[in-house]
Amino acid sequence: MNSAKLDHAPPAPPAPVAVVAPQTRAAPPGRARRFLAKSGAPFGYLSPTMILIFVLMIIPIVMVISYSFKDNVIVQQNSVFVGFANYTTVLTDPDFLAALKNTFVFITVSTVAHLVLGLGFALMLNTSLLSGWTKAIFRIIYILPWLFTVAVIAVIWRLMLDPSGVVNYLLTTLGGMQEGVNWLSDPGKALWALTFINIWAGFPFFMISILAGLQGISGDLYEAASVDGAGPVRQFWNVTIPQLRPVLISMAVLDLIWTSQQFALIWMTTGGGPLNVTEMLSTYTYKQAFSSYEFATASAAAVIVLLLTMVLAFFYVRLQKER
Amino acid sequence: MTRRRQLLGVMAVAALLGTAAVGCGGSDDGASADGSVTLEFAQWWAPELPAGSFDKLMTEFTAQNPNIKVKLLSGPYASTKQQLVSGAASKTLPDVVGLDGAWVNDFAKQGAIADLSALMTDANYDQNQLASQIQIQGTTYMIPVVNFVYPLFVNNDLLSKAGVTTPPSTRTEFLDAAKKVTALGGNVKGWALPLDTAVPNGIQNDVMSWLWASGGTMLTKDGKPDLTSAQVKSTIEYVKSLNDADVIAPGSLTMKEQDKVEKFTTGQVGMVIDSLAHINLIKKNNPSLNFTVLPLPAEDSYTGKRGIPYASWGIGVADSSEHKAEAFKLVEFLMSKEKNAELSTLANGFPGNKTAEPDFSNSDPLFKTAFDIYQAGYPANEFVGLPKSEDLMRSFDEQLQLTLTGKQSADHTLSKAQEDWASVL
Repeated sequence: MNSAKLDHAPPAPPAPVAVVAPQTRAAPPGRARRFLAKSGAPFGYLSPTMILIFVLMIIPIVMVISYSFKDNVIVQQNSVFVGFANYTTVLTDPDFLAALKNTFVFITVSTVAHLVLGLGFALMLNTSLLSGWTKAIFRIIYILPWLFTVAVIAVIWRLMLDPSGVVNYLLTTLGGMQEGVNWLSDPGKALWALTFINIWAGFPFFMISILAGLQGISGDLYEAASVDGAGPVRQFWNVTIPQLRPVLISMAVLDLIWTSQQFALIWMTTGGGPLNVTEMLSTYTYKQAFSSYEFATASAAAVIVLLLTMVLAFFYVRLQKER
Repeated sequence: MTRRRQLLGVMAVAALLGTAAVGCGGSDDGASADGSVTLEFAQWWAPELPAGSFDKLMTEFTAQNPNIKVKLLSGPYASTKQQLVSGAASKTLPDVVGLDGAWVNDFAKQGAIADLSALMTDANYDQNQLASQIQIQGTTYMIPVVNFVYPLFVNNDLLSKAGVTTPPSTRTEFLDAAKKVTALGGNVKGWALPLDTAVPNGIQNDVMSWLWASGGTMLTKDGKPDLTSAQVKSTIEYVKSLNDADVIAPGSLTMKEQDKVEKFTTGQVGMVIDSLAHINLIKKNNPSLNFTVLPLPAEDSYTGKRGIPYASWGIGVADSSEHKAEAFKLVEFLMSKEKNAELSTLANGFPGNKTAEPDFSNSDPLFKTAFDIYQAGYPANEFVGLPKSEDLMRSFDEQLQLTLTGKQSADHTLSKAQEDWASVL
């Protein structure tokens, strides 16, 4: 209707330049420009981070994924596309399957122990039964393992668990054992010894996080539970645990992800041995790349680890959304 | 207006960061406006030499070649290796690289290191002065600059306390001495065997050394594995006999080289096969330790020359370097009679230039003893120049561990290792 009217309308007199010019400049910007500025600004602010993520994360991940579908990648100039052959090689490699099993045991036991120890020590540091000074001293002692770098932790425990180290000395002198134990070189004990070291190194982070969660629980809830006749144990299960649930689950999922990526500690203590009993997905991938120079199979193993980690990350994100 | 400025500012920062991030991947050709060239030299040598001594050598090189500057990229052995593996993969190796013989084959196959034969020809370099060259299919890729041998270190006090009056020269004498030292009790054992699989060079230094000391070989003449031979089997069975006799320090399956040195330094083991480079470290950590170095024991009936394992500080040039001629000048400098002798003296090693004579006058007398052992025998390390040599050591290590823990026979170990190696060699 409007266009028909315009078609038949008499020609308008030419407008003065001074009036038309501002109109032609102002017309396109108007609404569209405001919209662009409004919707584009957040991307502008995010762009430094987005560029860094693209360059430092997206590109390497895409490269590794592309390598996993090629043969003789990196070490030869003309690598060829081989489809899922590298994945078949990795998934049928007994060493990879052993590494998968070891990693599962390592991260599961570590995470459960981190949770239990972290919760126990956090409860101790949150109790009203101890004085402020006592709690402060223990807080420092408990957090010490977290302050050491992985290299220091590996060296300390290698020395302590050496067949002629402090632990065996104490066990043979005070514990009545006849012979020292080869903690890190006995195939039956190495994985457990390594897991123990990882538990020791990681529980303080759980302790601190859970302690923060405990201090956020309102005293009114305990008071109300007490009025209802709940004892300390009932209060723990019916007040403390439900209140800590989001923290505990988030920490557990994060710990599963972090522990699955543990490399330095394993490499510097057992190197995956003896007899591959401490071989993990991380050490397996490293050996494929930097010892066997099989970058294609290393990439395939890395992609499998990425997929497994993404499953955990998916649960973590979903939990965070629920909160 | 303010909003637009903010937006522009953010975009500018983003563009700058993007440019910087992308720019990080670019390479600098090392040439400056004044025509001088800066060579990057990655090695692990400087940290292992007296502080500042390697920088001094580089300063001398620059004084002789004013148009060539050297930027040292120094780090520990392990991190240098990782850096070079990554650099080789991405074709961004520094111009000059310190090399271990175990890496050469893989780097050469990747086309990451340059053909030194061609560079030597171009520079009219006299190759006769070189003690050795590491070649792949007739082409030189690495020149050993300094060699470190691995003789038998013996704790004199422990051996005499155990009643061992004659230094062990044969396998039987060694087993007997190890038993006697172990019999002293406490935490003392006769020998240490590091079999850690993270860095499996114990197979080269502490296991195959027994084979080479008796003139044996683990390869056929055409470079194929020969692990099922009688000589290799005899070696493995001998190591197993030492294990069965309980003369090896406990924890060997995950023991690292530094643990072995530590145990010898603290008097927990009577004998170890170790690098001469550790003499100063041992003396520094335990000045009162009374020890000496001996040739490696050989099979009882063996009378020939004894092979002695060695490791080298090798040097190579990156194939991607735009200044190969200048890089080779640095190689020539380090291999010159005078400087090679100086570097060998500083490193307590043996020179890669045949005409260089290290100065032992201010060194520990043990270096002179070791030099005599070196000259009486021959340097032996069959892992040098092999492809994936670390992987070969590791697969052998894993099989040997099965034998030492009683899970499989020596024959099975050797046939399985032979199978693994055959897929690589």
